Amino acid sequence: MGKAWKFGDSISTDLIAPGRYFHLRSNLPELAKHVLEPARPEFASQVHAGDFVVAGENFGLGSSREHAPTIIKIAGVKAVLARSFARIFYRNCINIGLPAITCNTEEIEEGDELELDMQKGVVRNRTKGTELEFPPLPPIMNRILEEGGLVAFIKAHKNLEI
Amino acid sequence: MSGKTLSEKIIGEHCGREVKAGEVVIVDVDLSYVQDGTGPLTVRRMKEMGLEKAYDPQKTIFFLDHASPSPRMELSNDHEFLRDFARKTGSILSDVGNGISHHNSIEKYACPGDIIVGADSHTCTNGALGAFGTGMGSTDVAAAIALGKTWMKVPETYLVEVNGRLPKGVYSKDIILHLIGTISANGATYKALEFTGDTIKNMSTAGRSTIANMSVEAGAKAGIFPPDEETRNFLKAMGREEAFRELKSDEDAGFEKRIEIKADELEPLIACPHLVDNVKKISEIGRVKVDEVFIGTSCNGRLEDLHIAASILKGHTINPNVRVIVTPASRLVYMEALRDGTIETFMNAGALFTASGCGACDGVHLGILGDGEVCLATQPRNFKGRMGDPDSFIYLGNPAVAAATALTGEISDPREVM
Repeated sequence: MGKAWKFGDSISTDLIAPGRYFHLRSNLPELAKHVLEPARPEFASQVHAGDFVVAGENFGLGSSREHAPTIIKIAGVKAVLARSFARIFYRNCINIGLPAITCNTEEIEEGDELELDMQKGVVRNRTKGTELEFPPLPPIMNRILEEGGLVAFIKAHKNLEI
Repeated sequence: MSGKTLSEKIIGEHCGREVKAGEVVIVDVDLSYVQDGTGPLTVRRMKEMGLEKAYDPQKTIFFLDHASPSPRMELSNDHEFLRDFARKTGSILSDVGNGISHHNSIEKYACPGDIIVGADSHTCTNGALGAFGTGMGSTDVAAAIALGKTWMKVPETYLVEVNGRLPKGVYSKDIILHLIGTISANGATYKALEFTGDTIKNMSTAGRSTIANMSVEAGAKAGIFPPDEETRNFLKAMGREEAFRELKSDEDAGFEKRIEIKADELEPLIACPHLVDNVKKISEIGRVKVDEVFIGTSCNGRLEDLHIAASILKGHTINPNVRVIVTPASRLVYMEALRDGTIETFMNAGALFTASGCGACDGVHLGILGDGEVCLATQPRNFKGRMGDPDSFIYLGNPAVAAATALTGEISDPREVM
């Protein structure tokens, strides 16, 4: 179980992994100290392992920088929930083993206690006593996520297959 | 049975069978590349995969274009890391000064009908030549470099038909800003945008590259132009006419949506802070004083763009309250601008001309904004903090708007000075 951190629409990768910290991209733990800094400056220092990033439309638009989902994961975030995701960011999340869940996040409020059940495809809101269903991932993405991301997948199979 | 879209045809050719939009397939990749912002992570991911060789080193490129030349020790070390890996794998290294990945790609490497994956969201720029170029993250491109293939969902296509003559002061930038402003920043997420119509037919490859580049700002996976006589002429000028092939969607292809744009009704447009789809007509934005004008980079850094701006600045001096930074897209563009006097025009007007590369657009160097500062840029993005300072404001416009703004010190309609 973890707490919801609410963000708005159109959270770009420039807000998640700001360009001014470009020089920290080979030092991800340091870069993670600035995750989402321009959007919510207190986030990086106050987020707890198992918490959730909860946002509106088009989360992760912009640059292909995989550092963006990677530092969200390093910060301890369990999953990103959004009404919709930008394509490259979404694929990056799955590749690095960070669940990106498309669901109706309007019903979640800041601080709600959430629980993610990937098997059943639901987010349980313990604060409100509600359940939010989400559609299953496409089969190939589900396999990649289940095997721990694309690096682990390729290490195991030495190849890409569907 | 309905015909195929251009994207379905290209993807089908790369997986050895006919495909339809919506299918997930494994495709052979013709070219994989990374840049210095994403490349070090790509190399680390390859090492973690236990695959440290490039499947085809001659189809693998390491571009140093984002922090170019390096402004910081940490980034110099990243550059060394990439140079070393390129050497060890026998891959192509495009070092600082050569310019932006996508523009080097369309000049030297990309061919119509190719599938190109790059660890840079603007890899869709390759669509200007009729290649299916798409941006991915470091791990996906690590797999593509090591295995020579990737997986992808065959996208549905939105056919964008642009007809009519572009009015004075209006350019390809305004066509794509109009489209993004109309369908929004996620209006084409997962889709391929295919551009046709007589405006497109009469447009240079440079103009097409601006539109292809910004297709991702509508969320698209690719922005593609059917290769035609213009494509052949561009490739011929690059000394590789043999790369040309004709390729287009079937008449009865299944397009998910058709969007019509009347070019003759457009006017110069501005994307206002802090989102690219916050598009307004220049006549509607009121007085906006600027501190910096940035011309060039991946979206409008080709010779044609520099000519548009230089023709307005020629014989004039920039406003003393503005700094004007010009960054050409590639070494080739730089050399052309050097030879034909364009650089001299900029310098005489009081502008600053940098080495080719991404320049100020990525917020790392060569024109970082300060607190409260305002910039009018021809680059593809205006997100909060994009140019290094989250307390600054970025407006996007075409190269003529940029030049007119450089003269007045506030965002200005180029039609008044042309």
